[in-house]
Amino acid sequence: MLSRTAANLYWTGRYVERADATARLLAMGARMTMLPGAATRGDWQSVLQTAGVPLPEDGLTGRREAIEALLLAPGGSSIKACFEAARSNGRAERTALTSLMWEALNDDWRALEVVNVAAASQSLPDHIDWAHRRAATFRGATETTMLRDDRYDFLRLGGLIERAAMTLRLLDVKYLALLPERDVVGGGRDLYQWTSLLLASSALRAYHHVYRGDVKARNVADLLLLNRAFPRAVALCADEAGAALDRLAGRYGQRHDCHDRANALCETLRNADTDTIFSDGLHEFVTETLDDVLALHSAIAEAYGF
Amino acid sequence: MLLFDEMRSDGATRAPYAGVEGWLDDIGLSLLDLRSKEAEALFRRIGITFAVYGEGGDPERLIPFDLIPRVIAAAEWERLSAGIKQRARALNAFLYDVYHRREILRAGRIPSRLVTQNDAFLPEMIGFEPPGRVYSHIVGVDLVRTGPDDFFVLEDNCRTPSGVSYMLENREIMMRMFPDLFEDGLVRPVDGYAADLRRTLEEVAPPACKQDPQVVVLTPGPFNSAYYEHSFLADSMGADLVEARDLYVQEGRVWRRTTRGPEVVDVIYRRIDDDFLDPLAFRPDSALGVPGLMHAYLSGGVTIASAPGAGVADDKAIYTYVPEMIDFYLGEAPILPNVQTFKCSEPDDLSYVLDNLRDLVVKEVAGSGGYGMLVGPRSTEAEVEAYRARIEADPEDFIAQPTLDLSAAPTLASGKIVSRHVDLRPYCLVGKQIRLTPGGLTRVALREGSLVVNSSQGGGVKDTWVLSKES
Repeated sequence: MLSRTAANLYWTGRYVERADATARLLAMGARMTMLPGAATRGDWQSVLQTAGVPLPEDGLTGRREAIEALLLAPGGSSIKACFEAARSNGRAERTALTSLMWEALNDDWRALEVVNVAAASQSLPDHIDWAHRRAATFRGATETTMLRDDRYDFLRLGGLIERAAMTLRLLDVKYLALLPERDVVGGGRDLYQWTSLLLASSALRAYHHVYRGDVKARNVADLLLLNRAFPRAVALCADEAGAALDRLAGRYGQRHDCHDRANALCETLRNADTDTIFSDGLHEFVTETLDDVLALHSAIAEAYGF
Repeated sequence: MLLFDEMRSDGATRAPYAGVEGWLDDIGLSLLDLRSKEAEALFRRIGITFAVYGEGGDPERLIPFDLIPRVIAAAEWERLSAGIKQRARALNAFLYDVYHRREILRAGRIPSRLVTQNDAFLPEMIGFEPPGRVYSHIVGVDLVRTGPDDFFVLEDNCRTPSGVSYMLENREIMMRMFPDLFEDGLVRPVDGYAADLRRTLEEVAPPACKQDPQVVVLTPGPFNSAYYEHSFLADSMGADLVEARDLYVQEGRVWRRTTRGPEVVDVIYRRIDDDFLDPLAFRPDSALGVPGLMHAYLSGGVTIASAPGAGVADDKAIYTYVPEMIDFYLGEAPILPNVQTFKCSEPDDLSYVLDNLRDLVVKEVAGSGGYGMLVGPRSTEAEVEAYRARIEADPEDFIAQPTLDLSAAPTLASGKIVSRHVDLRPYCLVGKQIRLTPGGLTRVALREGSLVVNSSQGGGVKDTWVLSKES
């Protein structure tokens, strides 16, 4: 396969995943601001920070600004820009996608062009659902129609790397923005924020199902980092990325630096437990793991020539 | 001359259209209109678009697709097919000759300056022996019709004629929407084209190729207006769709960068112009192209299809001499005549053209796409006079043809069936064998009375049926 094809597929996977995650962030923000005390909390700031959007200089961020930045802004990491980027990567590799996958990227792709912030704000849940549906349709089409060859592995790698990075960023913002003062850990406000975090990763129900009981920081970290039953858990993403890389190595008869890195990352996550993570510092663990994931991205790109 | 309607003449339905007429009567206008909108949605959904950037509006547009098929009878096609293949052979023989002994120029059958002063003539190609002596591997021959037995060649396209993906997709859409129409097997299939194209390209593998030929399609990239077609053809052939940056030349061979490391390339079906093939050979200022590609080609390391310099056979001044070529190289009489053409480079023709501008179509010798032409009968006095000045300034740059009463075919327009002018572009493949898919692309001028069918000028397309012998 052409290296450029591999790159385009990888980024298609990443952008679809990012659009989906951004929609989840928007949903979280919208929900948080409907709860009491929203006016003083600056929930939208946290949301924008997680998405990596630079905050306005006056620091004032409301619903309109957030919707503009996360849903509609041209370029950057808005949902619209992500889907456009995914489509344009996919269009360049029209031949590498099945027709169902292409249609999932192409159908309705200009829908957001006619939407302005005011209208989007009125019907935000519809737009969020639309984004989830598009991402889900693409993933479904991929799972059911795409040959399990190297193209599939590159597409999947992009999605997994993005997913792991997004979960880690969410966890980190919890510490950097939502909760600068450590002394309130465990307080009522803290509980509320951990709950938002679960909401942002569509994990609240999963949490109750797995841990049954009150929301506890340790369990949330376990679910999002280490619990391989949870589809957005970093450990699961790492395992699956490792497996995709192993399949590529088997197919091409060649291992690279990225394979060692993936193994090391899986190993770290296999040996980790929440007790140690919390005693050594969650923030430190999350930052190091995020660095490892981003380094893995670069190593993959280098190994396969993109 | 009376307008020839391909479906009805002298008040009766012509035999080839009997099936279509029955279908139109059954389906009714309102349903047809509805189905037409469905077809448009399908095209958009599949992504069969051409790109128009920088004009605002939708950057990816559809070529309007008319549901009513254009029908060619078996016997009509037999003659067309023979004529097209004859032309493709003659054009390739001419190209070989002009890059070798130039017999036809020495014999005085074609003025030398038309070749040697032609912008498309590439001195680099002189004396080079392309595999199979083929220069133009895909010849698009544009045909028009003016009566039951009157077909004319309007122009030849020897470089990279586009539109074949529409020929194939139009049929796909028709078969998907109206399966009943094809049930009795009377319409000859077109879906063998991609396999034929692949075989053709494999047949011209370079001397350096020792195993299964590796074919790629070279595209300028996703922003090119015909990108969909490039990816469609690569996909249907099972070939990689490459951009120049995916390729490099090493030790006389061309390689593509892949996830397994470098892999060799034997045949490049290029959909980029000569100028952008190789910055070392043609345009040092260009960032496009594959440095060293021409050298690899000329030393037998790779085949480029169509050959660089093949364009010398298809400009509008050379066109007038194709009947000469057929006689000179093949010793045959042309099966398909040219449209009568006046060469403004010749004084007698020039004065005739200037005296009769209102009745003629005048074209730039190197123009294409329906741009820069004058359709005399449909132009204002001011347009005619402005054009006259251009001709007088550079007579050699122009040719003129009588305005033909192009045949018309039934076409759906705002919920009614009307008559609109059509042309036909079949795609002839030249490798060790010559292959021709039955039919081609029918383009239709959607504006009432318009004779210009180019998609850039508001033309649409139709599915083209060649009927099998039994019908």
